Amino acid sequence: MEDKIINNSATNSSPLKDGDKVITAKELTKRFGDFTAVDKISFEVEKGEIFGFLGANGAGKTTAMRMLCGLSMPTSGSATVAGYDVYSQNELIKKNIGYMSQKFSLYEDLTIRENIKLYAGIYGLSDLRIKEKTAQLLEELHMQGEEKTLVRELPLGWKQKLAFSIAIVHDPAVVFLDEPTGGVDPITRREFWTLIYEASEKGITVFVTTHYMDEAEYCNRVSIMVDGRIDALDSPANLMKTYAAKSMDDVFLQLARKAVRVE
Amino acid sequence: MQSIIVENIVKTYTVKKTVVEALKGISFAVEKGEIFGIIGPDGAGKTSLFRILTTLLLADSGTASVDGYDVIKDYKAIRNRVGYMPGKFSLYQDLSIQENLEFFATIFNTSIEENYAMIKDIYVQIEPFKTRKAGQLSGGMKQKLALCCALIHKPSVLFLDEPTTGVDAVSRKEFWEMLHQLKLQGITILVSTPYMDEAGLCDRVALIQKGEILSINTPKGITSEFGKPLWSVKADEMFRLMNEIKADPEVESCYPFGQFHHVVFKSQENVKEKLELIASNGNYTGFEVHEIEPNIEDCFMALMNTPNP
Repeated sequence: MEDKIINNSATNSSPLKDGDKVITAKELTKRFGDFTAVDKISFEVEKGEIFGFLGANGAGKTTAMRMLCGLSMPTSGSATVAGYDVYSQNELIKKNIGYMSQKFSLYEDLTIRENIKLYAGIYGLSDLRIKEKTAQLLEELHMQGEEKTLVRELPLGWKQKLAFSIAIVHDPAVVFLDEPTGGVDPITRREFWTLIYEASEKGITVFVTTHYMDEAEYCNRVSIMVDGRIDALDSPANLMKTYAAKSMDDVFLQLARKAVRVE
Repeated sequence: MQSIIVENIVKTYTVKKTVVEALKGISFAVEKGEIFGIIGPDGAGKTSLFRILTTLLLADSGTASVDGYDVIKDYKAIRNRVGYMPGKFSLYQDLSIQENLEFFATIFNTSIEENYAMIKDIYVQIEPFKTRKAGQLSGGMKQKLALCCALIHKPSVLFLDEPTTGVDAVSRKEFWEMLHQLKLQGITILVSTPYMDEAGLCDRVALIQKGEILSINTPKGITSEFGKPLWSVKADEMFRLMNEIKADPEVESCYPFGQFHHVVFKSQENVKEKLELIASNGNYTGFEVHEIEPNIEDCFMALMNTPNP
């Protein structure tokens, strides 16, 4: 019974205390045969931080992210997410994080309300809480009156904003966003980032990958992966200073051009 | 000479009894040897336009021609002389690099040897892996192979539908360098992209949104049409700063741009002072303000907010 309560109320179950890091990775490594996809990466992410996770295609971002989401066992090293160990508590990690990507988000043939109910239900929210959350979410997204609209009929930008709000419907400690704004128009892209800022103000940690370098500059800190390693990690301002670059685009190009491996 | 002419093309789709207008009567023309960019977000109508011009889809109304050939009447001639790289990777995943290339060469009655000069600069980069199956290539390599396959029959016009979407910044740069090499060979290139910063790499661009063209011009021409002073501001608390600027009734728009916010005022008197006042009233540290030149993305957002005449 105890166990069940813990499992069903994701928000309260996280063992994190004030001041604890929400993500810690120490020499985290993943090898596939003799190929080292992720090579001893170490970093920590604070509560409420917006952490940009950059790297060229094939640098190892997706593999690293899968380990942190509890979807892939590391080969060596250690990591905790929301206070849980990636080796022994990966099921608890899944319950305490949110995840959204451009490819995987919502069910197109369900309505807005049904999508909210489905995900909130999967994360174990009570019927009452689902009702409250639905109302709150529709208001925040200015989608009142659209509850019965099929997600398929929504413009891409709306879908992405809704998907993000649903990814944090259970107030997770951290939300992983994998290229959330690809292909979205520039105004909606900025509205999306407003949602990210608001989530961070509420104390939700945001771990985000993007190919838009201006978005990298919105992050509190940015890491850049090259050939499976983290070659740089700092605030965008400090990175630009260190690499004598005018923009994050410059920083990224300087680092990523050093890559030797071909995926 | 004009290589692509599009006149009043309309395309609608009926999805579950609702009519969606993908293209609402668009017109433009591309000069021979030009790199012409179609810049716009997903859902703007870019792919419908490409499919119509490559004769894979019929428009509801309007006319279009490629190299002087009509897209309906002369579809066979068009198919022989254009190269098309669709947005979705559509090579054979279970064939190797070399097999894919040979396959496309054979279909067009040519061979890799015959047109090697055309693809050489790009092909040498993937040739060391030529026995690898296409399905096992990285994004950047897939993109290079797809470009080689689209070029192997020496097309006069190249249609590239979002070739750089989801591709990292380094590969994107390299891809554009390849396009400029191809331009030198006299090929006309119509290329679409959701990345506004790539507009500057085109000779001319059409900004497109929801099936309508917002503006057609050179990149410089587009930014010179912005028409209002643009201010760039920065402080240590960017999110609070944005909300406070937006709350000012005299502000027309305020959008985050990397480490800065770009601000436009409704009237232009003492704007700098107004921004400085917001900063001092809000006790901001690290405050900076500069007047700047608008970029394509600034223009795109301004045009999105202006109803079409």
